[in-house]
Amino acid sequence: MKHVVIIGNGIAGVTAARHIRKLSDYDITIISAESDYFWSRTALMYVYMGHMKLKHTQPYENWFWEKNRINLLNDYVKTIDHASKKVVLDKSEAMSYDVLIIATGAKPNKFGWPGQDLEGVSGMVSQQDLAYIEKYTKNINRGVIVGGGLIGVELAEMLASRNIPVSFLVREEEFWDNVLPQQEASMISRHIREHHIDLRLRTELKEILADENGRVKAVITGDGKEIPCQFVGLTAGVSPNIEMVKNSGIETKRGVLVDEFMETNIPGIYAIGDCAERRTPAPGRAPVEQVWYTGRMMGETVAKTICGEKTEYLPGHWFNSAKFFDIEYQTYGRVWNKLKENEAEFYWEHASGKIAMHFVYDQTSKKFLGVNTFGIRLRHEVFDRWLKQEADIFTVLSGLREANFDPEFFKRYEEEIVNAFNAAHPGKEVVLKGKKSIIEKIFG
Amino acid sequence: MKIIKSIGLLLFIAGFSIFISTFFSANYKLSEDVLSAQLGDAAKIESFKEHADFIGESITSNFAFVAKLDEVFRSVNQEKLSQFGISEPEIDKLVNSNQGKFDISTISLFGDDETGQYKQKTFKDYGGWLDGREFGSQEEIRSQISNVVENIKKYQIVNEKGFDKYKIKDLKYSITKASSMGKVSDSPGLFLLLTYVLCIVGALMYILPKIEDGPPGIKNNGIFHSAMKNVGWLGILTGSFLIVFYIVLYFYPEYMTNWIIMVDPVSQFLKGSDAGRFFLYGFIYTLCILVMGVRMIIKYRHSKYQIVRTFSVMFFQTAFAFLIPEILLRLNQPYFDFKNIWPLDYDFFFDNELNTLMANGSIGVFMLGWGIALIIIGVPVFVYFFGKRWYCSWVCGCGGLAETLGDPYRQLSDKSLKAWKVERWMIHAVLAFAIVMTGGVLYTYWTGSSELFGVSSYDVRSVYGAWIGAGFAGVVGTGFYPLMGNRVWCRYGCPLAAYLGIVQRFKSRFRITTNGGQCISCGNCSTYCEMGIDVRWYAQRGQNIVRSSCVGCGVCSSVCPRGVLNLENADSDSRFSEPLLIGNDGVKISS
Ligand SMILES: Cc1cc2nc3c(=O)[nH]c(=O)nc-3n(C[C@H](O)[C@H](O)[C@H](O)COP(=O)(O)OP(=O)(O)OC[C@H]3O[C@@H](n4cnc5c(N)ncnc54)[C@H](O)[C@@H]3O)c2cc1C
Ligand code: SF4
Repeated sequence: MKHVVIIGNGIAGVTAARHIRKLSDYDITIISAESDYFWSRTALMYVYMGHMKLKHTQPYENWFWEKNRINLLNDYVKTIDHASKKVVLDKSEAMSYDVLIIATGAKPNKFGWPGQDLEGVSGMVSQQDLAYIEKYTKNINRGVIVGGGLIGVELAEMLASRNIPVSFLVREEEFWDNVLPQQEASMISRHIREHHIDLRLRTELKEILADENGRVKAVITGDGKEIPCQFVGLTAGVSPNIEMVKNSGIETKRGVLVDEFMETNIPGIYAIGDCAERRTPAPGRAPVEQVWYTGRMMGETVAKTICGEKTEYLPGHWFNSAKFFDIEYQTYGRVWNKLKENEAEFYWEHASGKIAMHFVYDQTSKKFLGVNTFGIRLRHEVFDRWLKQEADIFTVLSGLREANFDPEFFKRYEEEIVNAFNAAHPGKEVVLKGKKSIIEKIFG
Repeated sequence: MKIIKSIGLLLFIAGFSIFISTFFSANYKLSEDVLSAQLGDAAKIESFKEHADFIGESITSNFAFVAKLDEVFRSVNQEKLSQFGISEPEIDKLVNSNQGKFDISTISLFGDDETGQYKQKTFKDYGGWLDGREFGSQEEIRSQISNVVENIKKYQIVNEKGFDKYKIKDLKYSITKASSMGKVSDSPGLFLLLTYVLCIVGALMYILPKIEDGPPGIKNNGIFHSAMKNVGWLGILTGSFLIVFYIVLYFYPEYMTNWIIMVDPVSQFLKGSDAGRFFLYGFIYTLCILVMGVRMIIKYRHSKYQIVRTFSVMFFQTAFAFLIPEILLRLNQPYFDFKNIWPLDYDFFFDNELNTLMANGSIGVFMLGWGIALIIIGVPVFVYFFGKRWYCSWVCGCGGLAETLGDPYRQLSDKSLKAWKVERWMIHAVLAFAIVMTGGVLYTYWTGSSELFGVSSYDVRSVYGAWIGAGFAGVVGTGFYPLMGNRVWCRYGCPLAAYLGIVQRFKSRFRITTNGGQCISCGNCSTYCEMGIDVRWYAQRGQNIVRSSCVGCGVCSSVCPRGVLNLENADSDSRFSEPLLIGNDGVKISS
């Protein structure tokens, strides 16, 4: 029987394994050096904050693996010997494979800052990082977080949940404005400050200082200021985990290079998830996409290919979501931080300054291109349909009621949004489709 | 703010400590007046007095006092049994006088004096059927006669001359309550203030400042670090207290008379008579829902669904479960909770209940019709349109307590597949038990015969009442909040939930919709599902959640950080969608 070996028990590797099991009878082994069982990295913050225990973050019960004949091995893969089709392990004997999937994920970036390896400095990706952060944030007076992305804001929320004062160093003009348009970036920056985070924009890290025991005692910022602190979180992005692949004859660049079937230059060896890099990206997509959803989709796709139905990885329209403290964010289609050529936008923000929607569409054809939504949940299915149908912005706005995914009784803003659009775009008037429900009439 | 919270906590602890201490601090004095008022029957008063050497004496603990009462009842019964019961030598004689065949006239050997006549009469009543019967051996005759004698003792003598076990239970409680002396019974109003009111004020002072604990949003920080909410020492202590409280309430109310006396003023105010233990229970229950309802509203102040729903359970408990029934009593109408539905309301069809309703003219008949309409029309129709949530998390009292007092413990429910299996067996077994029990009750009601297939319908109902009604719904249902989560009863035991659930599973417009491919498998939804549904299992494969147990509390939707879940009512055919994760255009496979 064919033996499929998967390195990495993250969402990419596990999804691949599950689907291979559905489609075939192959022997399957998943190797990971991080944890015995698959867990949701995305829930790391909630464990620290006491919303969950580690076991709650495991999407499948422990019996699941045996029942589905998926072997789990806790070990570290040192090298891949593709000539003899073996992976060399740290603790056990080398393991032979017929098909190999590299799904080793990513690790935190370190940009060579002086002091970046001191005691009390940590990235935030793995269970080991979680334990480290837990240990080094006990009874401290201040933590400094370097790098304003999604993981950084999560770490800020984590420390704040334990009433640890946080200084948050962000290189950009506003929080995450390399991804979010300026309006939203400044809205989120405000909200971060509302949670008493000392958010320092346009501020870089210069150096981390140690005390006499080699532990962090302060950081020096780019503008020469010293911030005393006992913990430093490095959250300036992640990069593919490819150390072990680098000298194996498998081609790498930023990540493990793969074609449209997620296959590397060595036949029978695939790479998926955070560690993979497409030689030619799918239309409209980046070569390296490090989110949960893409890992999962690559896993689904590669399983089909391995089980005999060669399938190209074709992610559909982009979507993503996140939560910045209390503000939920979803996006469908593409809203770039700066309008691209011939793009037009419509931005609406509620008076509370915490609810907003940002639509982008084609200036000439009026084709809808993407939406960012904050504080209002939107239906993925409806937006995916509009994007596929190349609906125009008028269709989208007039259909907003159908696209709302907020719980019952929540205040609805569609009328306000459409009115604002009409006021800003005299001419063709958008009429909101559908009727108010009784609940909406009573509760607004 | 912190100071107010701390003072609140102190006040609560003070009130609670006083409450506990009153349990141990009562003084009892049994007076002749109390005795005659409670016993009524002159002969029984006499025999009680003969055995009670503590009348007029002051006794300083409820345990001692109740023990003395127990002793009196025991010795009265013992004396009466030896006086009026047929003795072993008499049985011997009777056996010897009847060879092979029983002749009832032989009972004249009991004699003609007063006790002899009594023995003859009772033997005739209980053993008249033996007359003329033939027996293969003397052993058989002896065993039949002994049976008759035992039955006379058990059912006749203790009842007529002494005190049977039901009477003893009632009397222990009522005599103790009436004999209670000391500070609490002198000034119940003061103690009402010092305990219940102090606890409420303290709790509110602790809870209200939470509105300042940052912008509205999910407030689950530290739950699994908490000694209270993660089965730490405080949780175990709280659970133990609740369990003991329920056991005392249901099975030993005579020990908690001081707690009941304190709410006499409230009871007097509402219905013009003193409180009983179930008034006390209803009172505390309602307070818990109201105070912890305020907490719930503050905690989930970002979610209008939670706010409206919490107001709803607070309203139904206060008005329907607590006030209206008491007011009905005041108006000389039958006690009736218009939102309680059989089989949760398991005694709805008991003969005494039916008789009370029937005896109350058109209003009684209306109540009966209302109750039946809820069962056969209300449940299916409302569940069809809204799911079982219309009842379980909007109206029901058990649900109301679970959603308010129980909210801090929702994360403790077991999410494993095994627990789901156990749950399905158990809850449907209880439903079957409730139906069989009620069937027996109605059989007895219509035919007048208590035996059905060799089992007494009275035994069945009392087993149900003790094990399910009190033990499961009460002791386990609430006492286990801090140990196994806030919906143990609703999930494993409630027969009405089983019925609502069957409708919800097979014919309803309700479902929890998952939002395309947005789930990140974080697990918040499953963790905070009080019913132990592994919500994530469905969400991460893009499948609607249609589960009979879902009470529609909406907390999964609230805690989901990615906006994946939504409680919706829509076309009932579209519920069972194929699992579908939007996003991957290259493959269309179900996960
Ligand atoms: C804190 C945090 C929050 C996030 N939140 C979100 C979010 O909200 N939404 C979203 O879309 N994405 C989020 N992401 C990104 C998302 O988690 C990743 O894209 C996803 O987990 C990648 O999955 P993967 O399977 O490719 O790799 P991973 O999950 O990283 O799994 C790789 C595994 O392989 C193991 N491994 C690596 N090398 C070896 C070796 N040589 N031998 C043995 N084992 C090895 C690693 O230890 C690891 O266990 C978040 C990431 C982090 C860190
Ligand atoms: S809480 Fe939301 S994102 Fe997390 S597992 Fe549940 S549905 Fe998925």
